[in-house]
Amino acid sequence: MNKMTLNLGPQHPATHGVLRLIIDLDGEEVVSAEPDIGYLHRGMEKLAETRNYYQYLPMVDRIDYLSGFFYSYAFCNAVEELNHIKVPQKASYIRIMLMELNRISSHLLWFGTYLIDLGAISPIFYAFRERELIMDYFEKITGQRMMYNYFTFGGVRHDIPFFDDVQSIINTIGDKIGDYERLLSENPIFLDRTVNVGVISEKKATEWALTGPNLRASGVLSDFRVNMPIYDDIDFDIVLTNEGDCYSRYLVRIYEMRESIKIIQQCIQWLGQCSSRDLPFLEKVTLKTFPNQEVFSSVEAPRGLSMCYLNSIGGNTPYRVKWRTSSFYSTQILKDILVGVTVPEIMAIYGSLDVVLPEVDR
Amino acid sequence: MNYLLNLFIEFLDKHNFNESIGIMIFSILPFAIIAAALVFVVLMLVYAERKILAYMTQRKGPNRVGPNGILQTTADAIKLLCKENIELLHSDKVIFTIAPILAFSSIVVLWCIIPYNAEFHLIDSTISLLFYVAVAGFPMLFHFLAGYASNNKYSLLGSYRALSLTASYSVPILFTLLATIFLADSMDLHKIIIAQEKVWFIIPNIIGFIVFFIASIAELNRCPFDLSEAESELVSGYHTEYSGMRFAMFFLGEYAALFVTAVFTAIIFFGGYQPPFGVYLSNILMGNCRCFNFLIYFEQTFWLIAKSSIIIFLIIWIRGTLPRLTQKSVMNLFWRYLTPISIINLILIILATRG
Repeated sequence: MNKMTLNLGPQHPATHGVLRLIIDLDGEEVVSAEPDIGYLHRGMEKLAETRNYYQYLPMVDRIDYLSGFFYSYAFCNAVEELNHIKVPQKASYIRIMLMELNRISSHLLWFGTYLIDLGAISPIFYAFRERELIMDYFEKITGQRMMYNYFTFGGVRHDIPFFDDVQSIINTIGDKIGDYERLLSENPIFLDRTVNVGVISEKKATEWALTGPNLRASGVLSDFRVNMPIYDDIDFDIVLTNEGDCYSRYLVRIYEMRESIKIIQQCIQWLGQCSSRDLPFLEKVTLKTFPNQEVFSSVEAPRGLSMCYLNSIGGNTPYRVKWRTSSFYSTQILKDILVGVTVPEIMAIYGSLDVVLPEVDR
Repeated sequence: MNYLLNLFIEFLDKHNFNESIGIMIFSILPFAIIAAALVFVVLMLVYAERKILAYMTQRKGPNRVGPNGILQTTADAIKLLCKENIELLHSDKVIFTIAPILAFSSIVVLWCIIPYNAEFHLIDSTISLLFYVAVAGFPMLFHFLAGYASNNKYSLLGSYRALSLTASYSVPILFTLLATIFLADSMDLHKIIIAQEKVWFIIPNIIGFIVFFIASIAELNRCPFDLSEAESELVSGYHTEYSGMRFAMFFLGEYAALFVTAVFTAIIFFGGYQPPFGVYLSNILMGNCRCFNFLIYFEQTFWLIAKSSIIIFLIIWIRGTLPRLTQKSVMNLFWRYLTPISIINLILIILATRG
């Protein structure tokens, strides 16, 4: 058998960054695939060891530039656990609201780029139009569009004065998600490209340690938000599909956006009720000495479970910070599921896993 | 053509020119007109596509060069002309160089057999429809050669996709055109147009139109059938290694083909240059005054371009809406659905016209 080895990437329009896939092709069929990562390694974990906690805080947003709030939250939460800081309830609600908005914006970007991978050029502009609303709001609140540095140890940096904006944003996005679904969910070409493509069975998904929407699309009931104490008072459903193909991963993300809207609605309600009372949004703390201890902090990010392992041996710098990022696991499964598919399906499958390369390499 | 020639000779006689020089000029002039029109139409089409797609996706499109950005494509073309032609060390230099030229020129040939009005056509032939079908398949062949000569793996994948696509779409196209030939009783594009004086062929041949429209999008190598380019899979497919003017040949050729295919569709199904109401506006306006007879020819060209513009808009609209098909499903679509449908359509039309 004559094979053709194709180096897909690191510079390729559909790898969304710098992933290199070494693919052996027989005609258009993939015989073997080997993901090669590390082109975007910034030493995020090592950098923590030479910086104090406050200096490291702005950096964690950059681990995944599309969902900065989640990594910010994971790190803040770890430090708060380390020092037994109690976060005010208002800060928790603000955090939830911003994280869910961030989840929507991340899923919207995934939606647009995924359709670009499939060859549809319009949806990315629609998705960006809606994402822009969220970005503008973030800019208003935090002063930044992507690298927020808004969560801090003990709460959030500023109070949130604008709730009406959020209400109109989620109303608009709720409408527009309906538009996306009308455009795509029953589009025969879209179905042809995604249904029964890149099927990940329940067993395979758990074996390769997938998390987040990718795991839920395979029918595994797993959402870390139910384990997070700050989500205790929030009522939401876990979106679950059983097929495990690209289409169900698409559906899971679309429905998750709806669920996020539901969560944001509850946050706005809570924050609106107590807007007259002057509640604290930040537990003022001075962090000088840290205990000799290690903590884990996890958060359900848009791409799956993100974990921050923090080891302190006293002093004002972490001894070791380790990040568990879900895209890393979504990338390694490619080796397994790409075998036997054709070249167009590589893009359909890889895109559906929602991999963000900075998060893989850290 | 004779009418225009006589008009021209009359004009020369009046001003005491030699008649043989006039005939010589006249044999070159129409080609020059077509060449100028081709450049103009292609530049405007690129602009139109960018604008239409921009407004479909909530953008403004080109709006800096010239009024409303209308000169943007001209600027782009000049830029491409000035750019360096990059070649790989191990590419097949000869084929690599001539493939874009041949791909472009085969489309220019298509422009020459189209009757733009009752008088103006460059190649008059009784089998012009057959000629069109034969030449229309050429660009894909040169796309294949270009990809093959590039010595690039993406180009190679793109080029053999182009071949398999050609094998898929040409069969349904041939069968629908056969139906048209039976309806018009001729392979001459002029006679086909005249045969649609009362009823456009889209009415008896609606199935044929749908099949032909889908297949001609595939022939144009446009979304959702742009498998051989497929920028998200194959970078740029067969023209990955092309740059500068050679790339522009492919790029502009694609738009020249878009226009000529739309015109051809208008001729085959929408009565070509005939007015949609059965009567010429210039006849109504001018009455029977013979001196303005030539206005009719302008009107005919206008109708032809108006009809094809709608078809071009449809094709651009489809590009803005649909994701790309895979090779497997393209084959499936053409061989399992469109080919049998077009054969059944042909049989029905033969029975209706001959039975």
